[in-house]
Amino acid sequence: MPLVSIKEVHKSFGKLEVLRGVSLDVKKGEVVCIIGPSGSGKSTLIRCINGLNDIQKGSITVEGQEVNDPKLDKLALRKKVGIVFQQYNLFPHKTALENVMMAPVKVLKEPKREVEERARALIAKVRLSGKEDVYPGHLSGGQQQRVAIARSLAMRPDVMLFDEVTAALDPETVKEVLLTIKELAAEGMTCILVTHEMGFAREVADHVYFTDRGVIVEHGPPEELFTQAKDERTQRFLSQIF
Amino acid sequence: MRALAKPFRIDVEAVSSFLPSRALRGWHGILLLALFLASLAIATAHAQSGAAAGPPSPLATLVEWIPFILRGFLLNLGMSFLAMAIATVLGIGLGLLQLSRSRFLSLPAWLVTHLFRNSPWLVILFVVMLLVPFELQLPGGGTFIMSDWLKATFAFSLPVMANVSEIVRGAIVSIPKGQWESAESLAFTHGQTLRWIILPQCVKRAIPPWMNWYALLTMATPMASILGVREAVGNGQAAMEAAGARPELLVPFYLFLLLLFFAYIYPISIWTRMIERKYAVDS
Amino acid sequence: MFDLIAPIFQRLNVETGWNFIIFYDRYEYDRFLTGISISLQLILWSILLSLVIGVLGAWVQTARSRLLRGVVDGYIQLFRNTPPLIQLLFFYFGLGAFTPQVDMGGYYEPLISSFTWAILALGIFGGAFNVEIFRSGIEAVPKATAEAAESLCFSSWQTYAYVTLPLAFRISLPALTNNLVSLAKTTSLAYVISVPEMTYTLNQVWSDNINVPEMMIVLFLFYVVVVSLIAAGLHVLEKRLALPGYGR
Repeated sequence: MPLVSIKEVHKSFGKLEVLRGVSLDVKKGEVVCIIGPSGSGKSTLIRCINGLNDIQKGSITVEGQEVNDPKLDKLALRKKVGIVFQQYNLFPHKTALENVMMAPVKVLKEPKREVEERARALIAKVRLSGKEDVYPGHLSGGQQQRVAIARSLAMRPDVMLFDEVTAALDPETVKEVLLTIKELAAEGMTCILVTHEMGFAREVADHVYFTDRGVIVEHGPPEELFTQAKDERTQRFLSQIF
Repeated sequence: MRALAKPFRIDVEAVSSFLPSRALRGWHGILLLALFLASLAIATAHAQSGAAAGPPSPLATLVEWIPFILRGFLLNLGMSFLAMAIATVLGIGLGLLQLSRSRFLSLPAWLVTHLFRNSPWLVILFVVMLLVPFELQLPGGGTFIMSDWLKATFAFSLPVMANVSEIVRGAIVSIPKGQWESAESLAFTHGQTLRWIILPQCVKRAIPPWMNWYALLTMATPMASILGVREAVGNGQAAMEAAGARPELLVPFYLFLLLLFFAYIYPISIWTRMIERKYAVDS
Repeated sequence: MFDLIAPIFQRLNVETGWNFIIFYDRYEYDRFLTGISISLQLILWSILLSLVIGVLGAWVQTARSRLLRGVVDGYIQLFRNTPPLIQLLFFYFGLGAFTPQVDMGGYYEPLISSFTWAILALGIFGGAFNVEIFRSGIEAVPKATAEAAESLCFSSWQTYAYVTLPLAFRISLPALTNNLVSLAKTTSLAYVISVPEMTYTLNQVWSDNINVPEMMIVLFLFYVVVVSLIAAGLHVLEKRLALPGYGR
């Protein structure tokens, strides 16, 4: 059974239809990249998986739990699904370590000492040892983004969503963030990424989806999609990038 | 980084006491009017449940005295105009002095500005009322009679002067250095640069806070009644006294006074807000 | 303290005529201390009341009910656009006339003293400004930051308590400082309803002793010191709470 299953999802903001029948499955341990021109609904799609946006029609299940259910226990869902945003959105009044510790301590009510140990390990894992007590305002964009990844991982999610996490970064700091994600993927974390980094998508993804105007135009393993795209829209998009 | 840093700032001036509220709506005036009429009705009913052939109802008493109170209100307006004119002239001068390159000028100007900004209006009013002589000897030999309302007007102009001084200083400082440099390179003198380049750019920025200080000034003028000036509140109190000092008069009379000021100040607030928005869009 | 300064001011009076009677006459000295105490209490309580009103009002303005929001908006406009002096008179004389009197054994005293009325009126007046200040602060917290908390399983209440409110408070502080300082100055208006605070007390002293200029200096100094202390205290708080890396 797929870990995340999306079936015929429709979503509109007012009159604007952003998703028009999107379906995709993600198996456990799989890394899936969603690419496509801006405004094609990629970000909206992964925000729906976390319940940040609701959908009008269709179904999204995470480990068999239906997201499109008014009685959904959002807390339980979000424990399984971590998300990292383009703008990192760290809490500016808390240090890096506090940012990572906050949710497990305040929400899950886990013992502080245990969480701190785990948080320090996570910060080391994203290569930020020594920055534990630094505030977000004093970290570079790439460093902030890695703290944000550690913050999500502290909740021990089953699947991680990455929403254009390198789009707001300076080119020099993009690499370190991508490296962190690559390591995560290698460890077997299920990842869904919305990204513009085609080289990266080709390298880490097990499966790539190309979306345009709210539908999935074409999908397949990266080698196949990047070299022998069948649809004319995919070809045009890829030729503009490379 | 840049995109994130910005939201954590707030425009202090936009929410501080010297700019009008963000949510201005016309119906608030109607709300006050309704409140006023409702309480009048209650007060009237309250009074009439007593004696049948007693004194006239509070409403009738109020109506009878309204012209008298309005005459007092004209003095409030007169004081506010005159005080604002004095405050503007003195305040601009003081603001320019604060920016003077000579410390002998800038330090005293700074001191005066901050003394009057940080003192309560009432204290300043007492100082002027009690310490300024009744007659001023003019240098030409004549005497100038400082009547109470004139003294109060002068007193009210002082805190506003200090705040205008700060507005002027802030506005000038906010003009980019490049303006000074480019004017200098065109052979403008310091004074010419100020007069023709800098001040015209300051006016737009300074108008909304200036108008708001006018509103605050007008709302301070009733304090003059404490020292016996017969403006609206003083006349209102005198009228209640004359009508027999009945306790049931208190609510309608004071409500009427609130309404009177609200009717004058509220449109100014809306207008100020409109101008502020317009300039915010322009720049 | 009194014994220490009394001789100095006594000599000052004899030698120069400067009559700071409150520093060498026991009776006036006590009166002066009472005035300070009442003024400070008045400032403290009206600031606290205005803060409570500000937080509650800002919270109500995030409510769904249009009626509730409208009532708070109306309250803000009424109190911002009318003279605080008349508000005070209206509360004390207008509403005070309807409050019950308590039998104090022979004579009657109003249930709500003029001191309490002053706190109520000034707190409600200052609160009208605080509501807007806090609301602007809440609005200035980026939606995305609250969203991040939500995605980390925070409930909406937890998001409000741990993220939105702490940030909004920091953002509001500079404007809040302005308003609280201005409210502290406005407390001198309690003079008109005979609350024996500093302005009222010194007024009586100079009426009794004909030493207007000397008492004026004391009065000015009192407010300059109090206002500076409040402002300094809030600036320290502002510095300590400043978001590192996000200069103003």
